[in-house]
Amino acid sequence: MMIERFEEITTEEQTAVAEHDHTVKVCVAAGCLSSQSDQVLDALKNGVGEHRGCHVKGVGCMGLCSQGPLVAVESKTGAKSGSVMYQNVKAEDASDIIQSLGKKPVARLELKTNVPFFQRQTKIVLENCGEIDPERIEEYIAVEGYQGLLTAVTEMSPNEVIDEIVRSGLRGRGGGGYPTGLKWTTVAKMDGPTKYVICNADEGDPGAFMDRSVLESDPHRVLEGMAIAGYAVGATEGYIYVRGEYPLAVERLKIAIRQANRLGVLGSKVCGTTFDFNVHIRLGAGAFVCGEETALIASIEGKRGTPRPRPPYPAEYGLWGKPTLINNVETFANVPAILRKGGAWYAGIGTEKSKGTKVFALAGSIQNTGLIEVPMGMSLREIIFDIGGGVPNGNCKAVQTGGPSGGCIPADYFDTPVDYESLKALGSIMGSGGMIIMDDSSSMVDVARYFMEFCMTESCGKCVPCRVGTVHMHTLLNKIYTGQARRHDLETLEKLCDLVMNTSLCGLGQTAPNPVLSTLRYFRHEYMDLLVDGAEDGRSATAVDAQLLEAQP
Amino acid sequence: MVSNTRKLEPPSDDKRWRIVVGTMRRNGFARHSLIETLHTVQESFGFLDEESLHYVAESLRVPLSQVYGVSTFYHLFSLKPAGKHTCVTCTGTACYIKGAPQLLAAIADKHGINPEETTEDGNLSLLTARCVGSCGLGPVAVVDGEVVGKLTPDELLARLQEVMDHHDD
Repeated sequence: MMIERFEEITTEEQTAVAEHDHTVKVCVAAGCLSSQSDQVLDALKNGVGEHRGCHVKGVGCMGLCSQGPLVAVESKTGAKSGSVMYQNVKAEDASDIIQSLGKKPVARLELKTNVPFFQRQTKIVLENCGEIDPERIEEYIAVEGYQGLLTAVTEMSPNEVIDEIVRSGLRGRGGGGYPTGLKWTTVAKMDGPTKYVICNADEGDPGAFMDRSVLESDPHRVLEGMAIAGYAVGATEGYIYVRGEYPLAVERLKIAIRQANRLGVLGSKVCGTTFDFNVHIRLGAGAFVCGEETALIASIEGKRGTPRPRPPYPAEYGLWGKPTLINNVETFANVPAILRKGGAWYAGIGTEKSKGTKVFALAGSIQNTGLIEVPMGMSLREIIFDIGGGVPNGNCKAVQTGGPSGGCIPADYFDTPVDYESLKALGSIMGSGGMIIMDDSSSMVDVARYFMEFCMTESCGKCVPCRVGTVHMHTLLNKIYTGQARRHDLETLEKLCDLVMNTSLCGLGQTAPNPVLSTLRYFRHEYMDLLVDGAEDGRSATAVDAQLLEAQP
Repeated sequence: MVSNTRKLEPPSDDKRWRIVVGTMRRNGFARHSLIETLHTVQESFGFLDEESLHYVAESLRVPLSQVYGVSTFYHLFSLKPAGKHTCVTCTGTACYIKGAPQLLAAIADKHGINPEETTEDGNLSLLTARCVGSCGLGPVAVVDGEVVGKLTPDELLARLQEVMDHHDD
């Protein structure tokens, strides 16, 4: 029986932990690895030979990526029991850390954890990130991993699982915010026997790294969520579509799938029941448009990733023409907790329409760059100034949410609660969770131009408004930014925004004008200042033209 | 999902073809494994040449036009060989704000190459990526597979010189 096996593993893990007085955790997620945390891990592992009762392990992301490599020490005995965190640790520091175990912490490396960055967060999706070794299924099981799946397949009917998700009020975390329960219900109602579950891990939004961290730090959680979804909607095959730029995430997923199959929580006869669920990995190859669900499906089928008109929606006609459920990494990562603790518990967090928590990646001009998880409804001010620690030069200008499909929100609106509706009302979107903070050195026109250049190169070329429109909008923005444009150019730009937004085939084109529209809405003066005839003092275009004409011989 | 058991002989007896055949076999020579297969070719040979496109097309029974279409659609696939050393500069939003354009300008200035170009001596290729996910370390570049963060233009140039000199020894 699976439940006994789980208990056995949990006991083994707990005994192993109990044997050690100190546990040293080194972040081995991509952020810290880029600053050589693997060397720190090796040095610590080699060093503990001198010190008994100490266990060193690699764990996932601890959040504060800008201060990496991060090391956390948990002690049960000694003068300083409890936990200590170290920042900017180098391999040379290993011996000092080991020497200090059970004594006073190494002061020069210590990172204060009694700060809002750590205390104001509510962790559901990230609860195991930085706690468990992502490459060992046993550690995931010891923290109640796969319990949700076990309960679902052994004690609940598929409909009961869906009811639980509906009750939780969970909405799609990929950006759109479509109610997850409703999506699951639709796919479940479709005729079988073949259905698919797809996990969208094509995190293309530049400046967002939430999904990557979850996959690298707690891959089993996503697999469990997918398996629960498979059971609920009646699918036996699952695909994870991961960006090719994330080799570490792919590697950890492969390990996780292998371990889960061996233990029998995935593969044929999940947890000893009649339910089969196999997960396959599909690698993206660098195309932002593949984050769009129909393009993603085309890509899994081995084709060019171009979207197609909807309806029919993938729920009806998806992968190889079969009903398909597509959810984002973070959405799936919420599912195990909902099954374990109940939909009502989840619905108790967040706001009326946006339930639960959201993971954000803070980047740009901000003190604490990194990954955070907060309840829905927290204000931007709390996120940026309290948790994020504010802007280094003190002059925060705006925050960009939602990447190339989102918009810039000026500092005056920072008291807005973060939920799907409020951000939309401000002309931005929740998006997948990237938050780029900008100080007064950033020109908003340049930011708009940057995103338009992104959309222009990433446009798949299938529909004309997006393929041609983005090029023209980029040319116009370039003209404005380099001070060669006139008022009528701005008018043309605004018309084009409207046209591209309303006539493009997929989300990429429909939202491409958003960064322009939102910067125009809040920072119109920056555009006007750059126009040849933008000054309010009446030097109109015609006047300048007349002068030029007169000047000619 | 038509599978194909017919096995074609690889274009040469280069051992790397075995890895490519392995990927196709694992996927039952299914047509939908095209992208996976191209990934393997690129990993094994560094880029996709005409010969490999022909071979993959025939093995998977996919029209050559589709193979070409797919390999030009996705940014990660390259139809040209890369230089001895590669520098991938991240141009994600966070890196852009923190100075990625200056890094690119410095490389263009010193080595005379723009993104997606290789120096004439084939020594260095400059590529760009839309976010490598290390936003906390911006601006970031990946030099010969190793991520280097919090770069200034001078640091990046020095780093590039270092890897190029090291190789020439």
